[in-house]
Amino acid sequence: MADTIDIRPGFADPVAASQKVFRAVLDAMSRPGRIGTIDETIEPPAPLSVGAASLLLALADHDTPLWLAPEIRTPATAAFLRFHCGSPLTDDPGEAAFAVATGDSLPALDGFSVGDDAWPETSTTVIVQLDELTEGSGLTLTGPGIATEHRLAVTGLRDGVWPEWTANGALFPRGIDLVLVADRRIAALPRTTAVRTED
Amino acid sequence: MSTVIPHPTASTATEATQARIEGYNFAYLDEQTKRMIRRAILKAVAVPGYQVPFGSREMPLPYGWGTGGIQVTAAVIGPDDTLKVIDQGADDTTNAVNIRRFFAKTAGVATTDRTVDASIIQTRHRIPETPLTEDQILVYQVPIPEPLRQLEPRESETRKMHALEEYGVMHVSLYEDIAKFGRITRSYNYPVRVNGRYVMAPSPIPKFDNPKMDRMPALQLFGAGREKRIYAVPPYTEVKSLDFEDHPFEVETWEENCALCGAGDSYLDEVIVDDQGTKMYVCSDSDYCRERREAGHVGDGGPNSGGPQ
Amino acid sequence: MYVAVKGGDQAIENSQKLLAEERRGDPRVPELTLAQIREQMSLAVDRVMTEGSLYDPELAALAIKQARGDLVEAIFLLRAYRTTLPRFGIGEPIDTAAMAVRRRISATYKDLPGGQLLGASFDYTHRLLDFALAAGDERPVAEIAPEGVEPGMPHVADILNHEGLIEAEEPDADDAPVFDLTRESPRYPADRAARLQNLARGDEGWLLGLGYSTQRGYGNNHPFAGEIRVGEVAVEFAPEELGFPIEIGEITVTECQMVNQFKGSANVPPQFTRGYGLTFGHCERKAMAMALVDRALRADEFAEPIEAPAQDEEFVMAHSDNVEASGFVQHLKLPHYVDFQAELVTVRALRRKAGLAVDGPDSAVPDAAE
Repeated sequence: MADTIDIRPGFADPVAASQKVFRAVLDAMSRPGRIGTIDETIEPPAPLSVGAASLLLALADHDTPLWLAPEIRTPATAAFLRFHCGSPLTDDPGEAAFAVATGDSLPALDGFSVGDDAWPETSTTVIVQLDELTEGSGLTLTGPGIATEHRLAVTGLRDGVWPEWTANGALFPRGIDLVLVADRRIAALPRTTAVRTED
Repeated sequence: MSTVIPHPTASTATEATQARIEGYNFAYLDEQTKRMIRRAILKAVAVPGYQVPFGSREMPLPYGWGTGGIQVTAAVIGPDDTLKVIDQGADDTTNAVNIRRFFAKTAGVATTDRTVDASIIQTRHRIPETPLTEDQILVYQVPIPEPLRQLEPRESETRKMHALEEYGVMHVSLYEDIAKFGRITRSYNYPVRVNGRYVMAPSPIPKFDNPKMDRMPALQLFGAGREKRIYAVPPYTEVKSLDFEDHPFEVETWEENCALCGAGDSYLDEVIVDDQGTKMYVCSDSDYCRERREAGHVGDGGPNSGGPQ
Repeated sequence: MYVAVKGGDQAIENSQKLLAEERRGDPRVPELTLAQIREQMSLAVDRVMTEGSLYDPELAALAIKQARGDLVEAIFLLRAYRTTLPRFGIGEPIDTAAMAVRRRISATYKDLPGGQLLGASFDYTHRLLDFALAAGDERPVAEIAPEGVEPGMPHVADILNHEGLIEAEEPDADDAPVFDLTRESPRYPADRAARLQNLARGDEGWLLGLGYSTQRGYGNNHPFAGEIRVGEVAVEFAPEELGFPIEIGEITVTECQMVNQFKGSANVPPQFTRGYGLTFGHCERKAMAMALVDRALRADEFAEPIEAPAQDEEFVMAHSDNVEASGFVQHLKLPHYVDFQAELVTVRALRRKAGLAVDGPDSAVPDAAE
């Protein structure tokens, strides 16, 4: 049948894998700019990366509306995430708990939910798929979780994101949180992280 | 007659991983609950000091006995972790033993008494004396997560106050203390400000421990089960105890040293050794005390010991 | 000696063995069976099911047996078990108008369609200890009525509704999200559904006291017991793959609809208003108290001044749950000596500042009378 979609398997051991992936992202969120690695062996449908797919398998479910950027939302990725996570797919990034986008076509950050001053946890966690993530050079990060400063180089991110990120930070306690993914490598920028693009 | 019973030295080593009991998921909670708690923890880290509401579950242990800390630990812990549980600074208090048993049974993880060997430390009322590292997570059991609760009982009001960063009522309350008593009388659960924004309850740790929270290399997670809140302090984050320029924050000091290990820098428990009310002081952190004694430090043995033991 | 509550595995294990022995009592007395508890302590079972939020008489009986008859402890046991159960979905609303009624009374009409049906009730018993019962061995049998109960027993509130005398109650849309108190933390102000869930799980004694307080002037809402009915209703569930509801079982419930006089406000015309109570099994006192408190908590809706404890949503909801309350009250048994030590240091410092002697047993003597 033409419209049958072959759904790739999720985690082989969901309990153990979810815990490991969570710890990786918890560590990334607690130490912005530090790069962690996802070791799970899954083969998500393209263009979903192993990192992004693992994060969603570990954290998303039917309580978390999910927004996928147009280039990521294919019949195969939608079916994969619906089947394994049960997340409702939304067309409105402003009502998503999780969003997945590609770095070079990342929508304006203010299109996602930034939450409410009284309920800042209701903001979107945006997973951004990048080409590369490298520690030790590039952006200078400061803020909670960082002893002095962390350096992080990102490849494959569209221009103009960092001024938007600064504006996002000014909304605190409201604001989105970013998880950057390059294949199996992940780093996170919670809304509290200040990013400097020059030395 | 009085005898001084030293801190127990048995069962100090890390205990090997046990077999898990059948019939329950790893670490007791179902995966859907863990996901919900994990999402709450991530948001808590992203908004330091803000209390994230979560769908706290009834645990097989009573509310008020560490169900928040247990749920946080259960969501975080993995088979490679080594867990330490303390209550009042000690590993051998009944509730600490019971919670450690719970995780040994439901997660089959290794447990330890040694602060330095633990990857996750769940605590009630203390922060270990041994400085924690980047490789550790400290999980606090929290009875009342809302620092403003004693001043404003309504959640609907305190939520607004946090949203608007309106903490005048707290400052007034502390200042009234100074006006009346010449000092701030809060001795535990002393409010802190996290990263210059949220006023946060550090849980009922003595204010002696407050400075340890500031820029701690370890991640600090707080779980309040009955009140259904999770909050966090990321590593290296400023945690400032509230005070006034003319009345700076200060911690408890003792003239005495620990009778067992001689420590002069640790939080001391007062022990009544006879029916005349004679007192001696010993470290509240049983692991710290033991480590010092193992390293050859000796206290004076207490008032009735006739000298060092 | 100085670790106030010092245990370790052995002490806990020994304590639990002793507990099991005390639970069993004198071994010469035959052990209680779950069937005995279920059949002969049925109102205890019903309360445990209601506040435990789990309809399972057998497990409730087990919880009562295990808890040595401590119903709050039994409720805790059932709740802790309940949280481990998988959740398949949300059932259809039960239809109490279609109830197979065992008892139905109204205090607002002398007679009404379907009639008054006294059913089994303590109401008109003389509360005299029955020494014949102490001897046991009796097998009471009630006669079967020559005629069955009239089918179709409209709710009293619906009778008033025909005349437009009572506030209309519109059901939510079928696809409206259902708040679940057991999965989400409450937000204030809460809606009525969240409040009713909270009250249904709430401690009977707490609700009884609060309901009583409204009758004594702390938030009076002029109640009439419009109707109380007890009986069996069908539980229906619509599985996703079927798309239509199927009956999956039958449960006993007690429903109370209070009818409250209301003189009207700027926005609401004079009419009767409603207070609602529903429990598993036969828990009449709880259902009535719940209905009183439900109505009191609607004060805001009817622009009534919120002055009494029973009208205060946060106060009522935050303190109604006996599993939470029992845990937190009893956690005071846990050691607090670190905080107590901190307080000792502070109190001594304050006394020093006030010029009072501190430290040392001698100084303690004159303070005893303070």
